[in-house]
Amino acid sequence: MSETPRTQRETEARRPYRPEGIDDAFAAPERPAHGDETHGDETHGDATHGAAGDGARTGEQPGPSLPTLGWRGMLRWTWRQLTSMRVALLLLMLLAVAAVPGSILPQRSQDAGKVIEYLGDHPTTGEWLDRLGFFDVYTSPWFSAIYLLLMVSLVGCIVPRTVAHARNLRGRPPRTPARFGRFPATAAGTTTASPDDVAAAVAAHLRRGRTFRVDVGGEEPRAARGRGPRAVPARPATRTVAAERGYLRETGNLVFHLALLGLIVVVALGQLFHYRGQAIVTEGRGFANAVVDYDTFDKGAWFRPSELSPFSLTLDDFSSQFASDTVAFAQARDFTAHVTVTEPDGAASKETIKVNHPLTIDGAKVYLQGNGFAPEITVHDAQGQVAFEGRVPFLPEDSMYTSRGVVKVPDVSSGLEQIGLVGYFLPTAVVDDDGNARSVFPQPTDPLLVLEVYRGNLGLDEGVPQNVYRLDTASLTPSVGDDGERVKVLVRPGETVDLPDGLGTITVGQEVPRYVALDLRYDPSLAWVLTFALLALAGLAVSLFTPRRRVWLRAWEDEGRTVVELAGLARGDDAGLQGEVDRALAAVPGLSPDTIPDATPDATAEAVPDPVPDAGTADSTKGQEASR
Amino acid sequence: MTNAAELSTLLVWASATALAIALVAFAVDLARRTEVRTDARTRARELAAVGGPAGPDAGRAAPPAPTSSAAPAVPAGRGKAAGIAMSTTWLGTAMLLVAIVLRGVAAGRTPWANMYEFTMVGSFVALVAFLAVNLRKDLRFLGAFVTGLVVLFLVLGLNVFYVAATGVQPALQSYWLVIHVGVAITATGIFTVAFVASVLQLLRDHRDAGAPLLAGWHWLDRVPGATSLEALSFRFNAVGFVLWTFTIIGGAIWAEHAWGRYWGWDPKEVWSFVIWVVYAAYLHARTTRGWSGRRAAWFVVVGYACVLFNFTGVNLLFTGKHSYSGLNPGN
Repeated sequence: MSETPRTQRETEARRPYRPEGIDDAFAAPERPAHGDETHGDETHGDATHGAAGDGARTGEQPGPSLPTLGWRGMLRWTWRQLTSMRVALLLLMLLAVAAVPGSILPQRSQDAGKVIEYLGDHPTTGEWLDRLGFFDVYTSPWFSAIYLLLMVSLVGCIVPRTVAHARNLRGRPPRTPARFGRFPATAAGTTTASPDDVAAAVAAHLRRGRTFRVDVGGEEPRAARGRGPRAVPARPATRTVAAERGYLRETGNLVFHLALLGLIVVVALGQLFHYRGQAIVTEGRGFANAVVDYDTFDKGAWFRPSELSPFSLTLDDFSSQFASDTVAFAQARDFTAHVTVTEPDGAASKETIKVNHPLTIDGAKVYLQGNGFAPEITVHDAQGQVAFEGRVPFLPEDSMYTSRGVVKVPDVSSGLEQIGLVGYFLPTAVVDDDGNARSVFPQPTDPLLVLEVYRGNLGLDEGVPQNVYRLDTASLTPSVGDDGERVKVLVRPGETVDLPDGLGTITVGQEVPRYVALDLRYDPSLAWVLTFALLALAGLAVSLFTPRRRVWLRAWEDEGRTVVELAGLARGDDAGLQGEVDRALAAVPGLSPDTIPDATPDATAEAVPDPVPDAGTADSTKGQEASR
Repeated sequence: MTNAAELSTLLVWASATALAIALVAFAVDLARRTEVRTDARTRARELAAVGGPAGPDAGRAAPPAPTSSAAPAVPAGRGKAAGIAMSTTWLGTAMLLVAIVLRGVAAGRTPWANMYEFTMVGSFVALVAFLAVNLRKDLRFLGAFVTGLVVLFLVLGLNVFYVAATGVQPALQSYWLVIHVGVAITATGIFTVAFVASVLQLLRDHRDAGAPLLAGWHWLDRVPGATSLEALSFRFNAVGFVLWTFTIIGGAIWAEHAWGRYWGWDPKEVWSFVIWVVYAAYLHARTTRGWSGRRAAWFVVVGYACVLFNFTGVNLLFTGKHSYSGLNPGN
């Protein structure tokens, strides 16, 4: 920041309290007489849209004529309102507020179970909230309405602005204004070089590095006119330079907004084409990439099952590591699934899947989303028949892998009841004196199964799909001991234990297989989402950090020397503007050494609101201190 | 390793102490500048009263007068209090840097994976942003507020968010921890400085408008005018907003790697989005007629409140996928 104390004080003093957005600062205090339309447009709205709307509205008849507008007028009025900056601002605020409830209330898309729980706890308010879509905030009509209106507002303003900018890109810098006095940055000097040489040298300086677009021109001699303070003295013919830089600023702004639109469109397309399957796989087993092989399968409206690439995947081994130090005892440190992938052409390869390292197969990604234990359980019924045999996944409920699971045993021998086993798998079990068991470490160092036993009709013969992880015990008979307490069956791997009430026996396999929850996801829009997001970021940075400046020069002969005046104008607040103008002045050949920058006659402060010197600028603070 | 961790904690305390001293010195400096200013004002009035240079130029002519008489008392450009304040701030910042490095050594990873470390590094960034800009432009009037906030954050961090240095769970084992969280912390630190500037802007603006409550706050005359403060706040906010945009994009990429989706309206994602929208609204408000200036500054206040809530409230009140505070909400 090559900022001089003077600059800041002046910008402070010259302008009323109105932070310099493009809004006002870029509007030339004295618009060139020929009235450049494109720039007229630019006097509204900077990093943002609304320019078209705001600009148009100022030329519109005021409110009272509203009833006579007719329906076409009404439509036009609505459109202008919608595309105005004020409404865009309102919609942005609404969007921020509308997003908040989704973080406070449970959302179906994230945790449907919590929503059911909430509805149970708050029957009345819950029902109303549900009706109003508060459990699906981000797909609710009101949330969608806000962002769709915002999109329309954005389109309505970005399109005309893009057209205007395209025209502007081919345009020339605005003609040198008649008076420089009220510009935020000025400089002046005298030289022995001719006005032609001055103009040529400064134009060459500005053209260096191709940042400025430069026009060199001239003006006819001018006779004195006017009276009093606004009198204009006579002046001979002049040479002028008009230069403008920073067209990229608006380009970046437009790229940012267009990229946001593109982002929303590709996200929506991704929703239509995506699919996602979840499967629980135990060690030594696998699954094929087919809709029927997944436990749950979500798909977009335009998804076709033929898009599933027919590969298969086998879990060879799963390993986990946990911290054993006291600071973060039992905190997970590593999960690795070792898998074998068999491609459709039969080629097999060994791969690993970790939490931050999904496996990519034919454009689909396989994520490791969870893991746990799936003990091999065999139940023989009272007649010695094998009634159930299989691996039962137990779902971890805490950091010690206290895992809950359900075994539903059908009635294979006639005359017997169905059996339901509900309970916990404890990887490292500690049994207290009073018989309560808990897990103290997530690794299977001393595993134990603790099960309660129910009998009755589990509904296994009714052909209705059931949740395999839940057992509705309401209509079942629990096995109770002599004290009336429910019997807890404790089984360790490799053991066979009798079930109570003579229901049979339960055997748990010696090895406890691990299982992994795999999540396979295919979304063809990902690359596009990233592209548009990065485009938006780049556009934003360019539009915020590219200075847009205009520099003008006027040089004429006066009493044997050449008088040079410069002025600068920036869009937005621009700390480097005065430096730019000073450097342009320094490029003038043969500059008189006594030249004082900013010696323009009408450059003096017009309004000093505070009678106290240097009212509170940062730089004047230094001055104050020095003066003590 | 334990020694490194303990030394790190000690250094954070030492840094908080140094910054507390800086806070006092900055406040003294601000108060004393006020006196100087009041003197200047009185002198200017006297000059005007005795028929000195009258008219609108009276004020401008005043400052040279005290120069000759008072100059020897204080070395040019630097007051004693300001000097102490700046050097203790540098010292506190340096100690904080060492504390952060030692914390990383003790934990054997990037030192910004939980709330305590986030507070520590965020405070450091705010200090660095303040000091770096101060090298080019006198921002010492911000010092009292920046160091005040940082001391508050550090002590809160040490007492409420502190967890011992250790490794991280598999979901955090990614280079994105360095990028995503690092940029988020930087953005937060920069938003902090911008927030201070905007609050001063609002105070100054209200005082200039003759708010009776602020009539006694003479020190406000020593901070730059509302327009300068607005421009200063905007520059910080513009950088912060770009960094926040990157934070969200980086977070989405990481979420895609770790959780299998780039956006899922997790509470942290919701609030990051809210922050982004509020600061976007701020940028729009600045350039909307009738919304620039004071109203736009309120957006910065709201936006920063959201930043703070996203860090504290979302971590401690809501359950989501970003549960990395290291604190157990149940306790």
